[in-house]
Amino acid sequence: MSESNQLNTLNQQAVARYQNNFLKEVEDHVEEGQWVKMCMQCGVCAGSCPFGAHWEHSPQKLFMMIRAGKREEVLSTDSMWLCTSCYNCVVRCPRKLPITHIMHGLATYARRLGLVPKGQPTEEFATLFWNNLAKTGRINELKLTLGHYFKDGLISGIKTALGMQSIGIKMVLAKRLNPMEIFGGHGIKDLKGFQAIIAKAREIEDKKHGAAH
Amino acid sequence: MAETKTAAYICAGCGIGDKIDVGQLEKIAQKEGKMQVVKRHDFLCNEEGVQLIRNDIANEGVTHVVVAACSRRSKTEAFDFPSIAMARANLREGVIWVVAEGSAHDEVRQEMANDYVRMGCAELKKMKLPEGNPDKAENRRILVVGGGMAGMTAALEAAETGYAVVLLEKQSKLGGWAAQLWKRVPFKEPYAAPQDTGVAELIAKVSKHPRISVHLNSTIAETSGAPGRFNVKIAQESGAVSEELVGAIIQASGFTSYDITKLPELGGGLPNVIDQAGLEALAISANGAPIKRADGKEVKSVTFIQCAGQRDESGTHLPYCSGHCCATSIKQAMYFKDANPDIETVVMYTDLRVPGMGEDFYRSAQEKGVVFTKGKASKVETTGSGSKVSFRDLILDEDTSIDADLVVLATGQVPNSGVNIDLPDDDPVKTQQVSILNLNYRQGKDLPQLKQGLTDSHFICFPYETRRTGIYAAGPVRRPMDLLQATEDATGAALKAIQAVENADAGRAAHPRVGDLSYPMVRLEGCTQCKRCTVECPFGAIDEDERRFPVFNESRCRRCGTCMGACPVRVISFENYSVDTVGMQIKAVDMPDEFSERPRILILACENDAYPALDMAGLARHVYSAFVRAIPVRCLGSVNAIWITDALNSGYDGVMMMGCKHGENYQCHFVKGSELANYRMSKIDDTLKQLGLEKERVASYEVAITDSARVAALINDYVAKIVEIGMSPMKGFA
Repeated sequence: MSESNQLNTLNQQAVARYQNNFLKEVEDHVEEGQWVKMCMQCGVCAGSCPFGAHWEHSPQKLFMMIRAGKREEVLSTDSMWLCTSCYNCVVRCPRKLPITHIMHGLATYARRLGLVPKGQPTEEFATLFWNNLAKTGRINELKLTLGHYFKDGLISGIKTALGMQSIGIKMVLAKRLNPMEIFGGHGIKDLKGFQAIIAKAREIEDKKHGAAH
Repeated sequence: MAETKTAAYICAGCGIGDKIDVGQLEKIAQKEGKMQVVKRHDFLCNEEGVQLIRNDIANEGVTHVVVAACSRRSKTEAFDFPSIAMARANLREGVIWVVAEGSAHDEVRQEMANDYVRMGCAELKKMKLPEGNPDKAENRRILVVGGGMAGMTAALEAAETGYAVVLLEKQSKLGGWAAQLWKRVPFKEPYAAPQDTGVAELIAKVSKHPRISVHLNSTIAETSGAPGRFNVKIAQESGAVSEELVGAIIQASGFTSYDITKLPELGGGLPNVIDQAGLEALAISANGAPIKRADGKEVKSVTFIQCAGQRDESGTHLPYCSGHCCATSIKQAMYFKDANPDIETVVMYTDLRVPGMGEDFYRSAQEKGVVFTKGKASKVETTGSGSKVSFRDLILDEDTSIDADLVVLATGQVPNSGVNIDLPDDDPVKTQQVSILNLNYRQGKDLPQLKQGLTDSHFICFPYETRRTGIYAAGPVRRPMDLLQATEDATGAALKAIQAVENADAGRAAHPRVGDLSYPMVRLEGCTQCKRCTVECPFGAIDEDERRFPVFNESRCRRCGTCMGACPVRVISFENYSVDTVGMQIKAVDMPDEFSERPRILILACENDAYPALDMAGLARHVYSAFVRAIPVRCLGSVNAIWITDALNSGYDGVMMMGCKHGENYQCHFVKGSELANYRMSKIDDTLKQLGLEKERVASYEVAITDSARVAALINDYVAKIVEIGMSPMKGFA
């Protein structure tokens, strides 16, 4: 079974199991999702978000949509992917909802189900970052940066890289960037142990929410 | 009565002696005021000063005293001589604290002080020591009308305090609405789940209390009398009529649920659409088992529609919020959730209002999984075995719908206020209304209503007070409320009723001139039977006899003097407050001639708000013109037009009337006094025209107690305007 088919199945299972009770699904599968029912719709989060104007649906609206059972719309919006974790909403919420965490929880859950809009830049960068990190247990900045520049193809990658050239050279001179890292770079001491931790964490997650990719 | 002996005591303390020539004041009190004893003291309110006055009263036979010192509102404990008549000349707050500093103002300051002493002496000579209301009555029993939560609580509280209570209930059993509830909204910790109503216990307590006699199946056929001597004819369903004598009445006649069939657009009248009372009935008949609809189907989904027929701006339904319904719907949603968390419960609201500890209750419901949807329902229709609620989602800004087995409409409370006495007699609404108290008062059968049919006189300032002395309203008849508020209301009203019977027995006034022993006296031989006093009395205290002469029920009177202000032939007066006590003060002022460039402005200031504001202007040293002379009045309603005419005739250049806000959101302590004054003053222009004077020479102002800075500015602006218009041509004729 291909990955997308697998995701599709998982998604359908969730739909069937919760019979349109999306709030319950969120409570069971989204990090801090049990808080969604406590929102009192005051709108302070929406008004506090520095990126609010760019969100298709504010946190306030997302909570209302969850209660209204708008599963597809919530999980396929890219709103929660715009959260920069500034925690303004969390600090201000009169009902003490951990809104930032719920946003990340929703994003993660949407990704698990394969419902993230295609080409969502935050999701793409997050995937790149994770894969980079998981390989050696630490970030290879050169590879991460280049991977990011060239994500949309060779031509645009070269353009971006040339544009950033002077900064890159300065960073090399200041010993903030090692060009030799291009040949694989260095990893952490106990890479095996690290990978075992990651594997275990994934096992727990999958057991809880169903296997994703 | 013993011989009159007058005395003036002039204080030189608090800086009065530094700024004013007290010797001159003494001379004026003696020569012009004709005071038989005149004394000065450097610290009149201290023990020695007060003793000086006491000695003169005890040993010298002094019966009438002018204290020329601070405002009549200051040092009232020190200058407390209940056995004599007393006037106060306000030299401190009224003169030295408000007149500009410096020797340039010495002359006007002294003139002002001199005038206040003249005015004090003039007032005193027309004053008598109030001897107390002869219409005393000692009945201390309390009648409670209505046997619901508020009525039973009031009865029990009054009985526990030691007063005998007659409790009257229209139905065949006590309990009212409270007895028709399965559970009540929590009223004590932890505010998380519905609680037992406790009504059965309360009914048991009330029924067996030795000081409470309960009349079931009973209504009132007639109420007559006054505080301390109400005569109530109780009609039983059987037709038998009995009479009870009581001292005060608490009306706790409760509310009726807004008629659900008036809301067809929200499904009112459909089989699976009920109101909150309907759901209580279902819950009671389920008795803890799953709640079933009338057709026997178990309810799996329920939607509550808040503000059904309430907060309506179109004018069709109730315009107000009934306050309890949000918490009640939350409670009812918990009936379902507590029994089975899988039942879908949706509360559809536009603004969720849960006063008091209700916020905890709201959170508890959210934790239990009650879904709160901010939306406005537009239509409820039957679909299949249930209902479809179409609504506007106010957060997602879209039209959508929801299905439910059962729809509950949170309709509002309509007060059981009886007859709206302000409607004309032939009004079709009025002819349908059934009276509750059947008062035989001249002004109507029931208590006056404040707004929206609610029986109250001021929601914030005077809770429980109605405009009928000795009759108090408690519970949802007064304003929409829940059980807890009704309980508190009832306790407050019981205390008010107790105060009323005690005051009636002592011949004293009730709120707001509590303890006042003066009462209106009428010289009937001068009366022209014009009926103005009987029509205008804000408290319905005055009836008419068969010859249309006024009959004063002094115990019903609040001593505002509105009748005195209304009387065109000036035959109504109080012993210590009359057309003469104020009139003589007006005339006592020394009037400089037309060319002196010293205008004289009379201020008639309501003693409840405007006069304190003037005092506080002094306290805060807000400087105002020394050309004004202020006289406190009980209420602007007591201002008789003759005072204005007299003032203008005797050469005053202007008259400022300062009273409380009237009309919508009024602040008048006597409810209608300032409104009536305003109405009367709208006719003063004719008088001014007759005298050939500019209409600016009489001006009315609404002054609140907080207006201390504003009142000084008002005075200064008005004086400037008068100076601009020029001096009155009337000087020197009087």
